[in-house]
Amino acid sequence: MEETALIHGYEAIARGGLDAGCLHFFGYPITPQNEITEYFARELPQRGGRFVQAESESAVTAMLFGAAAAGARAMTSTASPGWGLMQEGLSHIAWCELPCVIANVQRGGPGQGTTRHAQTDYLSATRGGGHGGYKTIVLAPASVQECYDLTQLAFYLADKYNNLVVVLADGILIQIAEPVQLRAIDFGPLPEKDWALKGSGKKGGRTDIIHSTRGLMGTYTSILEEIHKTYQRITDCEVRYETTEADDAALLLVAYGYVARCCEGAISMARAEGLNVGLVRPITLWPFPYEIIRQKASQGCRFLVVEDSMGQMVEDVKLGAEGKAEIHFLGLLARHQSGELGMLFPETVFAEVKKLL
Amino acid sequence: MSEKKKELVYRTTELKIAMPLSGCPGCGHPLAAKAILETIEELEIAGRVVAVGGIGCHGLAIIMANLDRTIGAHGTAPATATGIKQALFDDAIVLTIQGDGDCAAIGAGYLVNAAARAERITVFMLNNANYGTTGGQMAPTSLLGQVTPTTPKGRDPRMFGYPLHVPEMLATIRGVVYSARSAVSSPANFQRTKRYAKAALQKQMEDVGFSFVEILTPCPVNWHMNPVDALKWMEEKQIAEYPLGEFKNVAQID
Repeated sequence: MEETALIHGYEAIARGGLDAGCLHFFGYPITPQNEITEYFARELPQRGGRFVQAESESAVTAMLFGAAAAGARAMTSTASPGWGLMQEGLSHIAWCELPCVIANVQRGGPGQGTTRHAQTDYLSATRGGGHGGYKTIVLAPASVQECYDLTQLAFYLADKYNNLVVVLADGILIQIAEPVQLRAIDFGPLPEKDWALKGSGKKGGRTDIIHSTRGLMGTYTSILEEIHKTYQRITDCEVRYETTEADDAALLLVAYGYVARCCEGAISMARAEGLNVGLVRPITLWPFPYEIIRQKASQGCRFLVVEDSMGQMVEDVKLGAEGKAEIHFLGLLARHQSGELGMLFPETVFAEVKKLL
Repeated sequence: MSEKKKELVYRTTELKIAMPLSGCPGCGHPLAAKAILETIEELEIAGRVVAVGGIGCHGLAIIMANLDRTIGAHGTAPATATGIKQALFDDAIVLTIQGDGDCAAIGAGYLVNAAARAERITVFMLNNANYGTTGGQMAPTSLLGQVTPTTPKGRDPRMFGYPLHVPEMLATIRGVVYSARSAVSSPANFQRTKRYAKAALQKQMEDVGFSFVEILTPCPVNWHMNPVDALKWMEEKQIAEYPLGEFKNVAQID
């Protein structure tokens, strides 16, 4: 059944999780994502699910670890300082190859930073934020529809690769409302979770162990090798991005999340004045769409990376361009005011475009 | 040859995987694990159990147990157990086996909050009065005056505070329905450990509330004693600080 509803980004993330069959949510209050946690607290008991308000984000990741080890589809949502606190647990989840979904609604950092929007967790999310060197698939919605769709995709990819998946949103995306087509998406079959811990009585007497100490058992390098083969398969198969007006563009904007929407506005303004400007919008931040950047760089395109940070994704664009293109940056200092309410606007991006063309 | 009736006087629990015991000579952790596993056998719940380990020597008890089992991050076992219990919609017996550093220091927040939520889980805390795995450093449970690598002149309360009495503390929490302390210092206390383990697991089986058992275990290597002296030190010093017994045993949450 399909319906269209005007909903906020926070509800879209929550309904995406519910429509993906997530019956377990572990949360800890933190601004600006509380509406997601509260939505699950209201809805899950009515649907036969379980909501636990944990004592900290560290406890949240331990609960996620347990629920995933028991074979359940489980998720949490947090915002940047909470994301930081989760890193210990996420490293253990990654090492144990457990499928979990985490929505990180970015706010300004570092430290307590601000309680509003920002894009300052890009590097932490895409480089494996915790210790030891691991990878999380990072999905970046740029609309309320994508908040809904990508949360569903997150569960599919988590189960497909037994990997962490992060939905990296921001404080603006979850507070805006847009029409959303609501329908459960069928991404295809997944393997049985026959490794799940449920008690041996449910598995014909077979017992399993899922442990973060497995590297101590003489198999450290072989486990690492297998996990990195999975990372390679993800890199080969799961890159997602969208281009707008990119075919004839002399200047390509690169942006994700709410900032990509500002860039779309800037492109309309630029095109109205005959300027050949387009957009590359990564949907997977890891794996990053290096290939389209490389192609466009080799065709002579210039780039303007726009981020609501001091410059993080710009590092990936530089990696993709391999030194073959001019890369400019417009960031957090271009906000319309210096307080936490400051935003990047289409007009600001357009003004920068005009300087470059 | 005359027929002699064979009487079973000692056996290994069938829930122990056939691998060598990995503790140091005289280590009490395998005995504590044996008491827990025998109790699980006697309650006939092995097929329903999911066990969670902490980080430390006691983790080997989990690895050797022929149960569905997991080990995550240091101190987090009560939260991990919560996730498992909720994920299985209570259709499992979920227990943790943790150390004293794991429970009382790095994991104290997880332990206290799981207890406060009255999670239907059972926590076993093996207290050997030090951080065994990392070389015997002070734990919150180390005795006053106890010499360790991080208290080279003995635990001075002005610098390092006082021994933490975990089951007494947990007994004050409403969600806790069973809280006790035993030891594996003698055959009688081994039997006491099994009695307490049984009572604690039964509380969970009856869905009453959170249950907890501390088990004092000897650690001769880090205590720099031979195994016999270590048992004597337990009886004379450790049990003097940490009395054995039940601190809470209620039929329902009041």
